[in-house]
Amino acid sequence: MSLWVDKYRPRTLDALHYHKELSERLASLAASGDFPHMLFYGPSGGGKKTRIACTLRELFGPGVEKLKIDQRVFETPSKRKLDVNIVQSNFHIEITPSDVGIYDRVVIQEILKEIAQTQQVDLSAKQRFKVVIINEADSLSRDAQAALRRTMEKYMSNMRIILCANSTSKLIAPIKSRCLLMRVAAPSEVEMEAALRHVAKEEKFDLPDNACEEIIKDSGGNLRKALLVLEALKMQSFTRFISNINIAKPDWESYCGKVAELIIQKQTPDQLYELLSHCIPPTVVLKTIADRVVDMVDESLKGDIMHWAAFYEVRMRIGSKKIFHLEAWVIKVMSLQKHMYYGVDLTGVGFETVANVQQFIMEVLDGGIVQIVGGAICGRNMKGRFVAEL
Amino acid sequence: MFLKQTGKTQPSTDTRLQPWVEKYRPQSIDEVSAQEHTVAVLKKALTSTNLPHMLFYGPPGTGKTSTILALARELFGPQNFRSRILELNASDERGISIVREKIKTFARQTPRRTPEDSAYPCPPYKIVILDEADSMTQDAQGALRRIMETHSRITRFCLVCNYITRIIEPLASRCSKFRFTPLSSSATLSRLEHIAASESIAVSPQAFKALITTSDGDLRRSITYLQSAARLSLSVSSTGARPITPADIQEIAGTVPDPVVLRFLAALGVDPPPGSDDAMDVDGDESAFIKPPRVTGFNGVRDVVKEIMRAGYSTAQLIIQIHDVMIHHPILTSRQKAQCALIFAEADKALNDGGDEELQLLEVGMRVHKALL
Repeated sequence: MSLWVDKYRPRTLDALHYHKELSERLASLAASGDFPHMLFYGPSGGGKKTRIACTLRELFGPGVEKLKIDQRVFETPSKRKLDVNIVQSNFHIEITPSDVGIYDRVVIQEILKEIAQTQQVDLSAKQRFKVVIINEADSLSRDAQAALRRTMEKYMSNMRIILCANSTSKLIAPIKSRCLLMRVAAPSEVEMEAALRHVAKEEKFDLPDNACEEIIKDSGGNLRKALLVLEALKMQSFTRFISNINIAKPDWESYCGKVAELIIQKQTPDQLYELLSHCIPPTVVLKTIADRVVDMVDESLKGDIMHWAAFYEVRMRIGSKKIFHLEAWVIKVMSLQKHMYYGVDLTGVGFETVANVQQFIMEVLDGGIVQIVGGAICGRNMKGRFVAEL
Repeated sequence: MFLKQTGKTQPSTDTRLQPWVEKYRPQSIDEVSAQEHTVAVLKKALTSTNLPHMLFYGPPGTGKTSTILALARELFGPQNFRSRILELNASDERGISIVREKIKTFARQTPRRTPEDSAYPCPPYKIVILDEADSMTQDAQGALRRIMETHSRITRFCLVCNYITRIIEPLASRCSKFRFTPLSSSATLSRLEHIAASESIAVSPQAFKALITTSDGDLRRSITYLQSAARLSLSVSSTGARPITPADIQEIAGTVPDPVVLRFLAALGVDPPPGSDDAMDVDGDESAFIKPPRVTGFNGVRDVVKEIMRAGYSTAQLIIQIHDVMIHHPILTSRQKAQCALIFAEADKALNDGGDEELQLLEVGMRVHKALL
């Protein structure tokens, strides 16, 4: 038995619950024969993949649903072997090049050239071209995007590319201008309710209003998450939906909440490392904790806390050791809060506090250098990279 | 969809499927839109059939490649075009080995003598076009130096690039430079009108205006957008003709609709500049955005940011548009504008370094909010 998310995933454009206008556009584009390269973008759980699958079905008929999964080996110029999983049917091929990190360019070039140079042999096929779906296009490296640019122009007759991304910010302009942009916004609350009720009806149970509301609020516009929660709740309550529900959050989320509380109350960020070691992306950790912390502090601090969150998030991307930056941010938050409550000015006056924080940084840096420069504390790690600044 | 036609690609592809940028590429040098100065100089070169090495530079979509292709076509005519031109697109074939092998062998060959009765001037030299030359490595450019000089009797080089500073000085000094300026809106408009007329599609003046503003001087981009819009309107119009609206263009270009921008600005404490009301009328369908509630403060900003993220707009694009509104804002003081400019610059850098979209937008929001207090 499959999950409800898959079981009730709409298969055709007509069956889609929301963004009717978009579906109409897609349908008419598929029918017109002049199908452009496309770029779907929008927040996760908004239905990008579903729309792509439906469009493919509209283009090629039910044949696209016969999928097979292949594992292919590519070789980089430096003789390194890369394993890539590929999902394909007779008419399309789906890849996630960002899986192989900086070697994504090799995969893109090889696969696209291969597809582009073979023509459709099935005479009964509806379209002459094949479709290549590239997932997570926004994490493609610049090189890979540049490689795409040339191929998109050259092989237009045999191939169409559908890119799927969360945002267009990280795509280079030449790619954007070659694609037809399709924005898939997250569904509104009304639309989500309709979708949830549809599933409830198909599964033959009653969904109480407050439960529905709760689920929608919790999901934050992510329909996939909403459906998963709905299914989990149904499993918990077996026969009948109890009205006062308690949505179980994933472990890491409640953990983040706990860390946020600890930061505010006890001023210790002990459990950060644990989160990271469980493979929760550091950006997500930072964002979730920041969100929680902001809810608990005074209005005047909120802006600053978010400012430093944004600041250290970028540092985290540039730097190499994520935990340094997370801890640096936590220290920042704690010192901001101390400053606020006790009026302790960290620039030189409250030297005892400075000493405490300094010791903390010492531990964080583990052998790095901590300097006090003109009343401000600067931490540098072994490579001399700036990691903390108070 | 700027198919670089080297003459090797077969022209037999269905013209219906051909990108319009290719279809309406100027065939002769007179057809090149704007760039009067460059065209005048080149025409003189055409009559004297003596051509210097050339360096074309300017922003994308201003007709650099089109000009050199048109010039070559007029010089050599379709028959000799293939044998006399080597076009290298530096985006995939660059590096010193290509310069050493491909370019050197081509530059070395003496061109064949042309028949006397040819209708074209067909001067006794070949042209090497190096497109996107600014992405060539320093080494590769260095290797070109000597080749350009030793074979200058039988080969001319034309370097095409966006940023002249990326071309090493010794190369730049060997060429006569031509700067291509962004197209004026009237030049863009006349070209777009010509294309719309020959494709027989109905485009309203407002839609043209939207096309011109979204593409700021990049003709290729505006033509691509026009084609996408036409494709959409045609495919929908099977049930009834639907004219192209400015909202369509904005959606295709991936810009954020004005009401959303104004709403975000309202949450930051910026009043919509006077005269923006007509912009708000245009997108009447997104009525949810039109009445901006005056919630400011941290939560107000955070809510709007969350909403924008849910709608899937891109932060980088939004920052560009906020910038445009704020810099021309009549009420804000110069000091405030200066502070905002700093904020935008930092956010842009952060986004380029891979910063998280939501955090950055919130950051911009909060800092602008603070700067305006």
